[in-house]
Amino acid sequence: MESVRKKDVPVVTVLDPKFKYEVAREPGGENIKYCFQCGTCTSGCKVAELDSKYNPRKIIKMVILGMRERVLSGDFIWLCATCYTCHERCPQDVRIPEVMNALKNIAVREGYIHPAFRAQAELIAGHGRLYEIDELANEKRTDWGLTEIPQGCPEVAEIYGITGLFDLLSREVGGKT
Amino acid sequence: MKMAVFLGCTVPVRNLSYELSAKRVAGELGLELVDIPEFSCCGYPIKSVHHETAYLLAARNLALAEERGLDICTLCSACTSVLTEVSYELATNEALLDATSETLGMLGKKYSGKVRVKHFVRVLYEDVGLKSIERAIKRPLDMFRIASHYGCHYLKPSKIYDRFDHPEAPESLDRLVSATGAFAVDYRTKKDCCGGAILGVDEETALSMARAKLDDISDRGADAINLICPFCSVMYGANQRKIAANHNVKYDLPILYYPQILGLAMGISHEELGLMQNPIRPRALLAKIS
Repeated sequence: MESVRKKDVPVVTVLDPKFKYEVAREPGGENIKYCFQCGTCTSGCKVAELDSKYNPRKIIKMVILGMRERVLSGDFIWLCATCYTCHERCPQDVRIPEVMNALKNIAVREGYIHPAFRAQAELIAGHGRLYEIDELANEKRTDWGLTEIPQGCPEVAEIYGITGLFDLLSREVGGKT
Repeated sequence: MKMAVFLGCTVPVRNLSYELSAKRVAGELGLELVDIPEFSCCGYPIKSVHHETAYLLAARNLALAEERGLDICTLCSACTSVLTEVSYELATNEALLDATSETLGMLGKKYSGKVRVKHFVRVLYEDVGLKSIERAIKRPLDMFRIASHYGCHYLKPSKIYDRFDHPEAPESLDRLVSATGAFAVDYRTKKDCCGGAILGVDEETALSMARAKLDDISDRGADAINLICPFCSVMYGANQRKIAANHNVKYDLPILYYPQILGLAMGISHEELGLMQNPIRPRALLAKIS
């Protein structure tokens, strides 16, 4: 019991009571304060069924309590499979997958991007898409009677430049570039 | 009917048989699919990282279709998700449309909110229609038992998809399978997610999610799984042997893309539909037809 207490009960001084407002200002996070902790999301969640690290009801409660660092630095926010089952069923229209996206967006700004997502973002910046279209790919397409696709799409990197995403991708923990 | 076909990242490199069969079948049914070479990634993988960038990538793609006066027809369900969402948001939120248009202006593009987005299979279901499809059947597939995997972003969030099919009791894919003469297999885990979105975060959980459905569908004696998304194909097709090896089980469950099933029933040869290029070669299945 003693060890459980030490692990799970937050120390009051590290709570940020304004965190829920920060999340509510983020695109997708608008409805977080409507949550009344019924647990419909977690009970129908296929990820939660297999991996106890992911528990959407608990994550939302942690946000509402203000456990900012624990939430943003945790791997668990990256475990939402965005299947939208909870989104359909939530009686309070919390839009949980969108809340998870809002949390991930804040986490990225704090330097906590998950490596798999960083890798994807970098690939897309470089090729304009997840998989490079090289000469070999286009040769195969032509053999199949399919149209060729241009290699690369520089406008994607331009968009990253406009929105500041390149800077965000190089951020370290603490939000410093 | 003429639409811009949005191939996305995965289909035109790794799922050529899906693209090939969709274009082949569309041509037969009077649906003209136009390629737009300037399309980029839809924006879906970026939404978790940076919302604004994802929206701009999607809006740029919508703008490219609008320039040509075309709506978008998608093959990948993840592309469907973000393109539908951004099309919906920009059509209903004027302030967001203005801000987005201003940024697109820096790229020499403009968007006025007119483009609608539909998954290829939804176009078959709603616009081509089951009656036309039934009329096009030349070789009913009554020797096949096929289990459909709806996946998530073909249907949900249902609000932005006009609730064209019920998210808790979907039937569009089963009805499309039945239209080919095949038996549409019902199964317990039908609505479950493939796990693809978290494959890079927690492989074990993702593959276990896929396994649950492979087990269920195998137990129901299906000849194949009907898929409509390249990510789901990675989970049930490309990873099927890995799942079998990890869990010490055996599957013989080819994956087929819906346009391949429909194409076979329309009398098109399996070569023209790329069936032997699928991640799992459907040899036993093809032997049943010939």
